[in-house]
Amino acid sequence: MSDLAIRVEHLGKQYRLGGQQLRYATFREAILKTAGAPLRWLKGERRAQPTSFWALEDVSFEVKHGEAVGIIGRNGAGKSTLLKILSRITSPTRGRVDIYGRVGSLLEVGTGFHPELTGRENIFLNGAILGMTRREIMQKFDEIVAFAEIEKFLDTTVKYYSSGMYVRLAFAVAAHLEPEILVVDEVLAVGDAEFQKKCLGKMGDVAKEGRTVLFVSHNMGAIESLCEKSILIETGSISTMGISNDVVKNYLSSTYREVKIPLALRKDRQGTGKLIFDEINVNDSQIRNRSLQVDLSIYNQNKEEYKNVALSIVINDHLGRPLSNLINYIIDKPIFVGVHGVKVRITINNINLVPGTYSISPFISSDIQNGEIYDWVINAAYFDIPDYDYYHIGNTPYLKGETIYLDYIYETI
Amino acid sequence: MGFPEPGIKKTEAILPGSYIHTVIEPPKGWAPLQLGELWKFRELLFFLTWRDIKVRYKQTALGAAWAILQPVLTMVIFSIVFGGLAKLPSEGIPYPIFTFTALLPWQLFAFALAESSNSLVGSQNLVSKVYFPRLVVPFSSVLAGVLDFAIAFVVLMGMMVFYHIRLTSLALLLPLFLLLTLASALAVGLWLSALNVKYRDIRYVVPFLTQFWMYATPIAYSSSLIPEKWRWLYSLNPMTGVVEGFRLAILGKSSLDLFSLGISASVVVLLLIGGLYYFKRMESSFADII
Repeated sequence: MSDLAIRVEHLGKQYRLGGQQLRYATFREAILKTAGAPLRWLKGERRAQPTSFWALEDVSFEVKHGEAVGIIGRNGAGKSTLLKILSRITSPTRGRVDIYGRVGSLLEVGTGFHPELTGRENIFLNGAILGMTRREIMQKFDEIVAFAEIEKFLDTTVKYYSSGMYVRLAFAVAAHLEPEILVVDEVLAVGDAEFQKKCLGKMGDVAKEGRTVLFVSHNMGAIESLCEKSILIETGSISTMGISNDVVKNYLSSTYREVKIPLALRKDRQGTGKLIFDEINVNDSQIRNRSLQVDLSIYNQNKEEYKNVALSIVINDHLGRPLSNLINYIIDKPIFVGVHGVKVRITINNINLVPGTYSISPFISSDIQNGEIYDWVINAAYFDIPDYDYYHIGNTPYLKGETIYLDYIYETI
Repeated sequence: MGFPEPGIKKTEAILPGSYIHTVIEPPKGWAPLQLGELWKFRELLFFLTWRDIKVRYKQTALGAAWAILQPVLTMVIFSIVFGGLAKLPSEGIPYPIFTFTALLPWQLFAFALAESSNSLVGSQNLVSKVYFPRLVVPFSSVLAGVLDFAIAFVVLMGMMVFYHIRLTSLALLLPLFLLLTLASALAVGLWLSALNVKYRDIRYVVPFLTQFWMYATPIAYSSSLIPEKWRWLYSLNPMTGVVEGFRLAILGKSSLDLFSLGISASVVVLLLIGGLYYFKRMESSFADII
């Protein structure tokens, strides 16, 4: 096993629940508790075991040098905890990890950037924080600047950067880290689409160079294209491990199950919660006529009227890639939310998607850009496009990885 | 048999010995300090110190003049209240320079203490996202105070010229006392920064502690005011040794005796070693509770 890069054996991490209380514990509490302990003991009260949960439990796997391994799983499954242990930010409660090689970890883009320093200064600071030596940074300096496309603003204080420039610079520094083992957490979920592509390309290069990569992402497309193997983590344990395609399929069928939870009870939502999606119904009875209806019910939590909300649903394919965003705003259809909420029906005509499973993520905010997000549920519902005779040719069309059908005609001219 | 043999070369490149081997295991109570690791991260220590210095006076109108204004204004107030009104004895030295000599190490200490006890909590994003020996954080905040000290020291030199005080060979002891100041600040800062991660009360304790501590240190007065039989108790305050040491090194006159200095220094060493171990012990849980 001389080419072993990482060996994880029976790794476990326990967190105490009520971490909030622990976090803001005060001297007074600590002193009172200690002082009262003998009394409680006399009364026969044994120390109550603090409620705890295992964020990771009995996780074992091995990664060889030169392998790129994807780590997938739902939010809160333990992916980040695993990465934090591997990058030595937090320590495990049980088990053991052996790492052969220098580890560079990217759990966040721009860690340690200081807004009052210039771009040039931040490159050095951030590089040092990520574990680069001064000499390494100087060698790569020009490359970093070119990659980030910020030549002109090198001596400008970072607080005057646009968010795009900031992220580009931060990623550029990180991307030029050259450890033997690279641990990356979802950092690609930043920047505009073009820069994301560039980042993915860079990650691909790293993997091709034969360096070891551990990559956490929700972007199944990226996982499948970058990583040959993947690990699926569910509630703290490894549920599947193997070839990425299989693991991704497995994961997607498991997220499909998750949807059985009624929308109102879903916890994995974002937003202030002033308005809540409490029901979503997808009517696919007319799918063979290329039509689909989505009914959304919006519950008004604090009984105030909302005159003009921005409502949208995003349709994603099975790899999590967004295909289309249907916004009320774009088609100039204002929506009024009364004190009792509102029900909305969205009808899509001319659906030209190939057979497969698709998801719907509804989003509601005060304004489409920079507004207050009221509620946002990723993958609130799924629908299937069955194999059917799209072109009315008496047969289902032949497909080989295509994503949409287009209507077309052929003629000789 | 003309094929190249990539296999051989490959094994050479990937001998386990050629990679750094790291073992990650659950923490086991009191761990060795591994100060060598701190040395490995000396560049990070440098950059963090440099950042603290660079950022300190950003967007202030007076900038680094604050490094001079703070001790000078305090000296003026002390000279009026304690030297002028209360007529505290200053061992035959002009009162302003008597108190200013003490204020220099004191302000370095007070500043380093405040910065370092807040350093970990202030670096929350670093601590929860990147690995490095956490000791680097309070260390760098202590070091960042040295520049202010150096600036104020220039003022002291000017005052010495003004009062016609010549440096003696005792000035060679200065680096030693500077080191003792930094060690004291670090020792207390280590305890407080680690405690602050868990108990945010520390934030409120520090300003009070500093104020109290200042009056327990011979800055506005001379330690010769303390009765002989209580001198040992008084010397338990590490800053007593430091401040009187500064007076000795710069003014050539001081009520410092070796016995008190010994006590002060021992307290620093004990606090520092204890602080290092305590910090190390708490280190593994910082990211979880910060």
